[in-house]
Amino acid sequence: MATAEIRNKIFSTPETNYLNCTKGWKSWAFTLDHKRIGVMYLVGVSIALFLAGIFALVLRSHLVKFDSGMLSYDNYNKMFTLHGAVMVFSFIIPSIPAALGNFVLPMMLGAKDVAFPRMNLASFYLWIAGTSCLLMAILFGGGLDTGWTFYTPYSIETETGVIYATFGAFILGFSSIFTGLNFLVTVNTMRSPGQTWFKLPLFLWSLYATSIIQVLATPVLGITLLMLIAEKTMHIGIFDPRYGGDPVLFQHFFWFYSHPAVYIMILPAMGVISELISVYSQKRIFGYSFIAFSSVAIALLGFLVWGHHMFTSGQSPIVTLIFSAITFTVAIPSAVKVFNWLATLFKGSILLNTPMLFALSFIFLFGIGGLTGLFLGALSTDIHLHDTYFVVAHFHFVMVGGTLTALLGGLFHWWPKMFGRMYNDALGRISCALVFIGFNVTFFPQFVMGARGMPRRYASYDPEFQIFHQISTFGAFVLGIGILMAYVVLVYAAFKGPRCGSNPFRAASMEWQSSSPPDFHNFIHQPTMNDPYDFDSQVYDEELDTFIPREFADPDKLPARPEPVHH
Amino acid sequence: MSDHSHDYPSFNHPAPVPLLFVVFGALIFLTVATVVTSNIELGEFGFIVAMIIATMKAFLVCAFFMHMWWDKGFNVLVFFSSLLFVSLFIGMTLLDTGSYKETIDAFPTTEESSLSTTEY
Amino acid sequence: MAVADTTDHHDHDHDHHDHDPFIAHHFDGPQQQFDSGKLGIWLFLVTEVLFFSGLFVAYTLYRNHHPEIFELAHHHLDKVLGCLNTIVLLFSSLTMALAVRSAQTGKNKNCELYTLITMVCATIFLGVKAVEYSHKWDLGIFPKYGFNYTPGHHEMGFLGLSPYLIKLSAIPALLLASFAGASVMGKLTDKPAQFKFFMGMAIMVAGYFAGVAGGVVYQNAVDSGHAHLAMSSSPLQLHAATFEENGQHHSHQHSDQHSEGQGHEGGEEHGDDHHDQRHEGSGESMPKSVGAFFSIYYCMTGLHAIHIIGGIVALAWIYYRSQQGHWREDYFGPVDYVGLYWHLVDLIWIYLFPLLYLID
Repeated sequence: MATAEIRNKIFSTPETNYLNCTKGWKSWAFTLDHKRIGVMYLVGVSIALFLAGIFALVLRSHLVKFDSGMLSYDNYNKMFTLHGAVMVFSFIIPSIPAALGNFVLPMMLGAKDVAFPRMNLASFYLWIAGTSCLLMAILFGGGLDTGWTFYTPYSIETETGVIYATFGAFILGFSSIFTGLNFLVTVNTMRSPGQTWFKLPLFLWSLYATSIIQVLATPVLGITLLMLIAEKTMHIGIFDPRYGGDPVLFQHFFWFYSHPAVYIMILPAMGVISELISVYSQKRIFGYSFIAFSSVAIALLGFLVWGHHMFTSGQSPIVTLIFSAITFTVAIPSAVKVFNWLATLFKGSILLNTPMLFALSFIFLFGIGGLTGLFLGALSTDIHLHDTYFVVAHFHFVMVGGTLTALLGGLFHWWPKMFGRMYNDALGRISCALVFIGFNVTFFPQFVMGARGMPRRYASYDPEFQIFHQISTFGAFVLGIGILMAYVVLVYAAFKGPRCGSNPFRAASMEWQSSSPPDFHNFIHQPTMNDPYDFDSQVYDEELDTFIPREFADPDKLPARPEPVHH
Repeated sequence: MSDHSHDYPSFNHPAPVPLLFVVFGALIFLTVATVVTSNIELGEFGFIVAMIIATMKAFLVCAFFMHMWWDKGFNVLVFFSSLLFVSLFIGMTLLDTGSYKETIDAFPTTEESSLSTTEY
Repeated sequence: MAVADTTDHHDHDHDHHDHDPFIAHHFDGPQQQFDSGKLGIWLFLVTEVLFFSGLFVAYTLYRNHHPEIFELAHHHLDKVLGCLNTIVLLFSSLTMALAVRSAQTGKNKNCELYTLITMVCATIFLGVKAVEYSHKWDLGIFPKYGFNYTPGHHEMGFLGLSPYLIKLSAIPALLLASFAGASVMGKLTDKPAQFKFFMGMAIMVAGYFAGVAGGVVYQNAVDSGHAHLAMSSSPLQLHAATFEENGQHHSHQHSDQHSEGQGHEGGEEHGDDHHDQRHEGSGESMPKSVGAFFSIYYCMTGLHAIHIIGGIVALAWIYYRSQQGHWREDYFGPVDYVGLYWHLVDLIWIYLFPLLYLID
């Protein structure tokens, strides 16, 4: 058994860690350390989030009055396009995998780094290049007004900066592929000795499934956008009907990527939630293998349902039927996850701190988002609801209520590990409440509006919808304040928060066996390979005021291991 | 297959040189064969023959030049899974686009008058 | 139960004492590094396959919906040049496989030679491709919008070469000059490594001009043989009558309407009285619609050519490292990975060749 000296050396707050082991901007700009890249990604995606969030608030402000003159109709179109494009390509897709995943994935495997650190850094710089290119559409291209989907033939005809934006999205696609490829290889080849596939934390399963999609689907986006650029510059006549091209084909191409991309956005969030629910219930995750395989099932089924975005596009009835039927099957693995989370909560010792509150919000909001998806997957109702605010509300419930909530929850969960400091939990909980309330106030009225026929993407509307829009706009500002507050709480904690131990939450996965913040090499010892959901493997150490693995604990004070729970 | 007289690390399987040359010869033979068959009128069947020959060539390149023969099963699975998704992509799209082909084909004609007045 | 190794950690100064320079610090050993790299490159090839898949989908759709266009159009493609290029690429695959084998057995000199041959084959391929492209552009065979086929229309530039070919060759010529210059500089300043590397690069670029020369000689022979036939670029004279008719139609069109945009319109009205039963009421004029095939042809072969250029850059890196003698029996990964990529480029061509050149 380890001596007190060894124990202190491993688990106490270290003087040199990955944040201060080297100094100067170059040590960050050229770092190959996955933790620093993760932090840089986090800063990057947060900037994208705020930028696109401001676009959203401008949109919502415009919509306060039905005949508002705040934005010209053209500017309104540009505003919603940029909101969508930046949110989707620059924020949501890289958010959890590239920021949180980069930081946590190698540590969960007990590895020193991802398999290809240079590629990891390249991925970050591609992200910067792609996002800049996307934003250049505003500066040099005169904005972008196609919607984030770049549908032909309008995207070929419009004079706005489609080429900048599509090229930006093309580069961002490569950034995403690099991250995915890196993660797949890392999980395959760099697991700790004894860490079998079924001893991986569920976050890794979900990241793995995400990476499969990134690798398989993103190249199709690449070729689609290249062909769109070729169509726009050389009129190759593949998508442009004026030259015998097929505009619906573009939708097939686009959604072959973009529907699986929806699961790139939500799967990592589900992984985060699996971790949070289990840790803050201090209870073994219920149905581990079901959650694990449902991630893979969602990833694979995600490739079979792209046509449900095209029910009203003129797609043939037989294909529409097939896509509709398969769409419903996606509900099965999603529901499997939700039931397992709920079953995990049952009789757990639940700690309602900030990350857990975000996780519980996720389950609620994702539940609504998922269930309203069934209305849209059903052919007859979709004809009515297609292109209305019902769709907008549905995917915001999944993307914001799901992914953004999970990102914030994950940040609150791993923040003490990332920066070695604890945040103010009371303020964190208030921010969660603001996000939850603000979100629901924003998007619940949109379901009602949409069902009553309010079409999406319209700059002016029938006066009867004005009250709904006003409620929605009010909620949007509350949501904005909530997100901002969460960030303020976190950033303040990163610099000024009280020091915390290596494992303040009694989590059992391997990243918590490093010091907080971790060493440059992640671990200064060989971490012990535990079951990531066996929380009895961690015991409280008074001297360090934190939880440490049983193997390192003082044998004299070691509490008896409770009877193994049946599982 | 490979010469294990020398003690290579376990992940190192150099392909025998004669085998590489035999594979190259077979590839050239198949290339000539596909050109020759393309000159014969086979109708619908011609396309199938060309694809079969191309696939045989692809198999030779994959198995021996790309060392798949000696590679891990997982890597092979990874590569071939891509073909599954490609066929899914082609299949589903093809299934659909046929049904509105007439509309697409008619479009340039119906738009002809409006086109000539614009700068397109 | 792990034993805490707390003795010598915190070596942030990166002095990896007696650490192998070719095994990255985060890997346990050569085996793990190789396995990771290998899986990584296979996954990369998966993304490449899916990247090309979009074009294969477009190809399949348009061939299915408009087989007649494909029937007609592929006679513009020269089977002989295509077949020659296929053999060049297959040969480069063989030398690549031999280069990998040399690296695996630690024979750096052989690896250097085989890599150079592979690169030269790649540039020969590009040279031939440049002749094929420029010949088509001379005839007005552009992607859909610019398609303006004019048989027998040969703009003559310097030495009777196509002006397009001269423009295409400007960059390789510049590269050749600078590589040769850098090599001479290396010789003069007594830097043998620089001399050797840039000599190889110059030889590699020279391959392009060999390809161009071969292509031009062949093309001129074909053209002089069939100068007055409409589809002069094809050695096969199938459907010759139909084409000749089209050819007249085209020269007529060309004489009264020069601009491309109007050409579209003009082609339309002529196309109707020229109606062929194979164009089942599509309403498109045949010449203009043939452009659809060439859109796909240029996209597919163009993207493939870009991949060849990327492969050459990677091979140059391998070439340099072979000269430095980096490969060992437990460290040959980069050659293997670049080799796999190169074979994939070859694989794609194996399918492109029959799909584009050999339609019947």
